Amino acid sequence: MYTLPNKLKLFAIIFMVVGALGMIGGFLAVPADVEEVKTMMASHDDGHGGGHGDATAAHGDGHGEAGAHAGEDAHGGDAHYEHVLGQLQNRPWAAVYVACFFFMMIALGALAFYAIQYAAQAGWSPVLFRVMEGITAYLPVGTVILFVLLLLSTLHFNHLFHWMDADLVNPDSDKFDKIIAGKSGFLNTPFFLIRAGIFILGWNLYRAISRKYSLKLDETNDPAYFKKLFKFSAGFLVFFIVTESMMSWDWIMSFDPHWFSTLFGWYVFAGMMVCAITVIAMVTMVLKSQGYLEFVNDSHIHDLAKFMFGFSIFWTYLWFSQFMLIWYSNIPEEVTYFVTRIEDFNLLFFGMVVMNFVFPLLILMNSDYKRVNLFVIMAGIIILAGHYIDVFVMVMPSAVGTSWYIGMPEIGALMFFFGLFVFVVFTALTKAPLLAKANPLLKESKQFHY
Amino acid sequence: MASKVIHALYTDDDILLNAVKETRKAHYHIEEVYTPFPVHGLEKAMGLADTRIAICSFLYGLVGLSVAITMMNFIMIEDWPQNIGGKPSFSYIENMPAFVPIMFEMTVFFAAHLMVITFYMRSKLWPFKKAENPDVRTTDDHFLMEVDLGGHSAEEVSKFLTGTGATELKIVEKESDH
Repeated sequence: MYTLPNKLKLFAIIFMVVGALGMIGGFLAVPADVEEVKTMMASHDDGHGGGHGDATAAHGDGHGEAGAHAGEDAHGGDAHYEHVLGQLQNRPWAAVYVACFFFMMIALGALAFYAIQYAAQAGWSPVLFRVMEGITAYLPVGTVILFVLLLLSTLHFNHLFHWMDADLVNPDSDKFDKIIAGKSGFLNTPFFLIRAGIFILGWNLYRAISRKYSLKLDETNDPAYFKKLFKFSAGFLVFFIVTESMMSWDWIMSFDPHWFSTLFGWYVFAGMMVCAITVIAMVTMVLKSQGYLEFVNDSHIHDLAKFMFGFSIFWTYLWFSQFMLIWYSNIPEEVTYFVTRIEDFNLLFFGMVVMNFVFPLLILMNSDYKRVNLFVIMAGIIILAGHYIDVFVMVMPSAVGTSWYIGMPEIGALMFFFGLFVFVVFTALTKAPLLAKANPLLKESKQFHY
Repeated sequence: MASKVIHALYTDDDILLNAVKETRKAHYHIEEVYTPFPVHGLEKAMGLADTRIAICSFLYGLVGLSVAITMMNFIMIEDWPQNIGGKPSFSYIENMPAFVPIMFEMTVFFAAHLMVITFYMRSKLWPFKKAENPDVRTTDDHFLMEVDLGGHSAEEVSKFLTGTGATELKIVEKESDH
C-alpha cells in the first residue's frame, strides 16, 4: 500500500492556496467600467499603441457586436474600450477555464488509454493499471468543476461563450447574428448543458464501474470481472470517441462560433492522449523512485515513452493537417482563425509546435534515452507545458483576444488545478494496492521486457 | 592457412541458445551461427555488438530533408518565383506549409532506401550472390553453430559440444579468409 507522504500533501496544499490567491487576485484586478480601462490603457500605451483599429478589426469575426461597432466608429469612441473591457473581464474566467480543462483532459485521456489497454488485452500494462486508476480519480473532480464553470457561463456570470448572448439570436435586436442564429439548433444553452451532463455522466460511470470491477477482480480472483471489464472498456471506447468529438465542439470550438473544422475532435484527442500518457509515465517514475513499484522495469517506461513520442507526432500531424489545409485554401471564413493566432499569439502558436514536436522528436527518438528517467521527465515537462499552451491558444484568442498575457490569473489557475490534481491523484493511489494482482495478464506484464 | 572448424547441429532454438551461452563460457570461439529464423536473444548470447543502422538511417533522413529544402528553395523561390494561385513565393518560410509534404516524403524516402542499401552492403547481399550455407537443413528446421577449433583437440571440443545437446557434429577443413 502506498501512503501519502505529508510533504507531498503539504506541497499540493501550498500550490492550491497560492493558486487560489492568484485566481482571486485575477478576479479583483478586473476593471469595473470603461473609465478604468481608459486609464489603464493610457498608463501603458506602448503595449496598445496604434492597436485600436487592429484590435477591433481582428476580432470582428469572433464578436459580432464589436465588428458592428467598429464599423460605426473605428477610432475613438467608447466602443473599442467596451470591447477591451469585455476581454479583460473574460481574462480571469478564461484562465480558470483553460487550467481546469487542461487537467480534466489529462484524467479523461488516461481513462481512454486505460480502456484501450483492457480492450486490446495489452500484456505489458497491467502493472500500471493502478497508476492509471489513480490518475483517472481526478476525472469526477475535474468534470464537476468544469460543469460548474459551464453552468456559470450559461447563467451569464461571464462572457466566455459568445453565442450564449440571447441578443445574438434575436432577429429584432441590432446585435442579431445570422450565422450564430443559424447554429442555434445545436448551440443553445439547455441542449449544451444536457450534452455536457451526458458526456460527464457517461465518462464517470465507466470510471466508477471499471474501478469497482478492478478491485472486485483482486478481491475474488474471479475472471468473470475481467471479461466484464473487457466488455465495458470496448463499449466505453465507442461512447468516448463520439462524446470526445462533440465535447471538443462544445467546450472549445464553440468559443469561435463562426468557425468550424472537421478534424478538430481528433486534434483535441491527440493532445489529450499525449498529455495523459506523459502524466502516467511521470507518476510511475515518481512512485518507482520512491520504491513503490518494484515490478515496473525500464521496459515499461520505454513503452510509455514510445507512446509519448508516437502521440506527439500524431498530434503534430493533425495540427499541421488542420493548419495547412486552411492556409492553403485560404477561405476567408476559415482562415481568420489562424490569422488571429499568427498575428496576436505568434510566439505561443509556433512555440508550442516546437515544444510538442521538435523536442519530443529529438529527445525521445533514441531507444536508450527512452529508458533514462531524466530524459523522459524532461521531455514530459516540455510536452505538458506545450499542451497547456495548445489549450491556451485554442481558447484565448476568442475569449480575451489581444488582451492576453500569462500573468497572475493564468499561473494562479494553473497552480491551483495542479495542486488539486496532485492531491486527488496521490490520495486515490493510497486507496488500493499498487499492483492489480488478479489480472490474468499480470505475469506477462511483470516479466515484460523489450 | 586452412583452419579446422566443427559444425554442431541443433534441432531446437532453446537448446541452441543455451549451447551458445555454454560455449562462450568455456571460451571456445564461435565463428558463426546459422538459423532458419531469428532466435530472440541470440545476438546477446553471442555477444555481438549492437547495430548502428538506426543512426545511419537518421543521418540519411537529414540528408533527404536537406535535399528537399535545397531543391524547392532553388526551384520555387530563387530560380523562378512565379505567382501560382496567390501563394507567397517571396521567401521559403512564407510558402513552407506547401513544401512540408515533400520535405516529409523525401526524408522518409532517403532514410528508408539508403538504410536498406546500407544493410545490403554491410551484410554482403546482392543478386547472384553465392549462398554461404554450410548445410541446407539450416534454412528449414536445423540450427548450426560453427566453432573454431583453434588450439584445442577435436575430441575435446566434440565431447563438449555433444554435452550441450548437439545432435550431429562435423569437422570441416575451411579455407580461412579471416
